[in-house]
Amino acid sequence: MTASVDQASRTKGAAPERRGGSDPRRGSFWFLLGPPAIVLGLFLIVPVLLMIAVSFRADLSGELLAPFTPTLKQFQQAFAGAGYWRVLGISALTAFGVAAIATVTAYPIAYFLAFRAGKRAALYLILLLVPFWTSYLLRVMAWKLMLGEQGVVNSVLIGTGLIDDPLDALLYNRSAVVVTLIYVWIPFAALPILAGLGRIDVRLHDAAADLYGSPLQQFLRVTLPLSLPGVVAAFFMVFIPTVGEYVTPLLVGGTGGTMYGNLIQDFFTRAANWPLGSALSIIMLTVTLGLVIVALRIVDPRRLLERG
Amino acid sequence: MTASARPRRLRLPVIRGYYWLLIGLLYLPIAILFVFSINANTTLSFPLRGFTLAWYAKLFATPALLHAVTNSVMVALGSSVAATALGSMIAILLSRFNFRGRTALTGLAMLPLIIPFVVLAVALLILFRALDINLSLVTIAIAHVVVALPYTTLIVLARLIGFDKQLEEASMDLGASYPATLRLVVLPIAAPAIVSAWITAFTVSFDEFALALFLAGRDPTFPVYLYGQLRFANTLPVLIATAVLLMLGTLTLILVADRIRKR
Repeated sequence: MTASVDQASRTKGAAPERRGGSDPRRGSFWFLLGPPAIVLGLFLIVPVLLMIAVSFRADLSGELLAPFTPTLKQFQQAFAGAGYWRVLGISALTAFGVAAIATVTAYPIAYFLAFRAGKRAALYLILLLVPFWTSYLLRVMAWKLMLGEQGVVNSVLIGTGLIDDPLDALLYNRSAVVVTLIYVWIPFAALPILAGLGRIDVRLHDAAADLYGSPLQQFLRVTLPLSLPGVVAAFFMVFIPTVGEYVTPLLVGGTGGTMYGNLIQDFFTRAANWPLGSALSIIMLTVTLGLVIVALRIVDPRRLLERG
Repeated sequence: MTASARPRRLRLPVIRGYYWLLIGLLYLPIAILFVFSINANTTLSFPLRGFTLAWYAKLFATPALLHAVTNSVMVALGSSVAATALGSMIAILLSRFNFRGRTALTGLAMLPLIIPFVVLAVALLILFRALDINLSLVTIAIAHVVVALPYTTLIVLARLIGFDKQLEEASMDLGASYPATLRLVVLPIAAPAIVSAWITAFTVSFDEFALALFLAGRDPTFPVYLYGQLRFANTLPVLIATAVLLMLGTLTLILVADRIRKR
């Protein structure tokens, strides 16, 4: 979109243009830029810079803004403790699994909406998205009702005589976190896939059929490869926010389902070790930004939104 | 799409069934919540004990709960108005001006989409402590402005990109100043997107929990209140009844936003 706007302005060379003091819009420019710049600066950039500063402190004694002798102690601790790496690895792995399963599960839905739903596609899409629009906390809580000791799953299993005593292993562990997260993300994962499938020129299917491709071949050789950008986008759009997740593990994870975000949360609340918490936050932020850069290398979100 | 016109494509009769199966699974937990909101059990467990609207009645007799909901509404109102105004400004800048730092502004405005909420929350916590600002509804609202900004920016930007800049040039050729042009040409063009952006920002804030948990003072928003009450099993049915009502409200808002955006 950047390119097209720039092009449009270039071809309109004669119109009142934006250069130097001659642009009549100059005053407005600063008026428009000022408030967002102040808000983003004060509440996004400055907090992150402060967090970086805190991570180089030995402890939190004294004023937060007072000068201090920087130390790498926190990072040494964050890197040395095998436990932290392990939790980061597990978080990444959990997020990877959740993203992969949510994407694969969502693909047939997107396929159905793109090619099979017909005139009602819009309605079916809204139906799919309604759960996503309902309160996150509430949906996670609903899963507690599903998996709890007196929950739905146990009640059904006991009711059908499959088990005699309720299973308590359903809730408060890693798999509860994974199941809940997959559930939360499936509708969201379908969206980029749908966008990717929507870009496919349907005549390609006819062409493949004319060349005697079987339906399966058409799918494997035409539809699937062309839809891959959407699939990859869906994967990363679930993967990236899930790495930093802390609410779902907090609610259904118990001690066994802890993720990296929960460590950070602990250091800022119960454990009250802000410098170490800040160091972990920076590590998490770096990992996340790294993932975003990788994702943007693989898929260009702007191309996905264009019609092919 | 004219799917029926092409008979030679992959035929999967199961795919429609798959869709409905997943829809069923997605709605099951929500349906269960709804069932428990009208079920006479005092705890959330099976078997069901029969129909009641008592929880909905009790909801209106629980001042702390109503207070938390009011707090959520205020935070959502304040933060959504601010996020919409700021997002519209950024959208106008990105779609109508060429300037150095454009890419930086785009990146910065989109950053809240990718920064983990827990990281943003603790960073803001550090800021407020450094500035000696007490945690309150205002600090929650500030965080919500930041996270709603990418959405409001993108929604208004999408609308402005679709419109020809010649309208504004014509307005200025005819003697209008740029502020007048913004008010008389650009704002009316963007109006549907601005309303839609505002509703989106409202809903983003309204049930946001991850940031609010860190930044709430003594006065909680509804999600924070709900989280605090989760330990007390006997208050859960009332909370669920409240959540069901709020869910219906949010859903109505979102569908309205969707309608307005597609105009």
